[in-house]
Amino acid sequence: MKFGIVTFPGSNCDYDAYHAVTEILGEEAVYLWHKDHDLQNADVIVLPGGFSYGDYLRAGAIARFSPIMQEVAAHAKAGGPVLGVCNGFQILCEAHLLPGALMRNASLQFVSAPVFLRVENNHTLFTNLYESSEVLKIPVAHGDGRYYAAPEVLDALEAGDRVIFRYADASGNISADANPNGSERNIAGIINEQGNVLGLMPHPERACSPLLGSEDGVRLLESILSRVAA
Amino acid sequence: MARFRLAVRIVPRKGLLDPQGKAVSDALHTLGFDEVGAVHVGRYILIETSADDALAAGERVKEMCRKLLANPVTEDFEVESAVPA
Repeated sequence: MKFGIVTFPGSNCDYDAYHAVTEILGEEAVYLWHKDHDLQNADVIVLPGGFSYGDYLRAGAIARFSPIMQEVAAHAKAGGPVLGVCNGFQILCEAHLLPGALMRNASLQFVSAPVFLRVENNHTLFTNLYESSEVLKIPVAHGDGRYYAAPEVLDALEAGDRVIFRYADASGNISADANPNGSERNIAGIINEQGNVLGLMPHPERACSPLLGSEDGVRLLESILSRVAA
Repeated sequence: MARFRLAVRIVPRKGLLDPQGKAVSDALHTLGFDEVGAVHVGRYILIETSADDALAAGERVKEMCRKLLANPVTEDFEVESAVPA
């Protein structure tokens, strides 16, 4: 399977994603330049973390209008898998491929730390190798990660089982203390209605080896492999 | 076509948590400005552009706000009337 990893000016996790796909997963990956209109026949698109366009205006606001994003949106509409991590999640929200927005952390501080996530739905393209309610240890590194959407949007996300990950403690309890950024209802990751576009603030690609402190991110990528025919 | 300058004010939507505004309000209280209530921090954008008249310039800038300058989920915007640039 071929992964296309988009590089925007200011992306800084594109190499991490490339490493996870090629070295850990053993699959093919290509970098996709933001100015190009060509997805190079990639099966899965990854929008990596970083600070695209310096986070000018709002995180993800300008990246959304990159030439490559028109192709990514078309790929998503055609049912192709798209994974947005951190800044990639912010871009997906700005592009209206996912509802809501990521706002400044409630603490006003940049948070760089391992956090615990509870898997809220393990019947998706991206989570089918996790157990239901499994607790994962995955790092976050962001200043604008507070997920916000209007209450009726949040209700619809929950009713549709589209909240995929929530910030939790090590035992899987959802609490304000376990919420690193003040996200509404401890939401760390959501999926679109069709189930092919996932956005999350934590970095699964940085949790792919015991050397990095956790391997819990690997199965997210493996889940995609197990579902999508190469 | 004439040149115009317009100012856009973008503020966090009322009722949403605004930690920046809260931090500034707290700092003002620390400095003795006890009379200060809520504070909100937003953005101020100056745009120079061309249009047939001031009204048309304003309409175009509103479109810019809806498409890019403001996030419709979290922010409100106000376009100040166009002045000749």
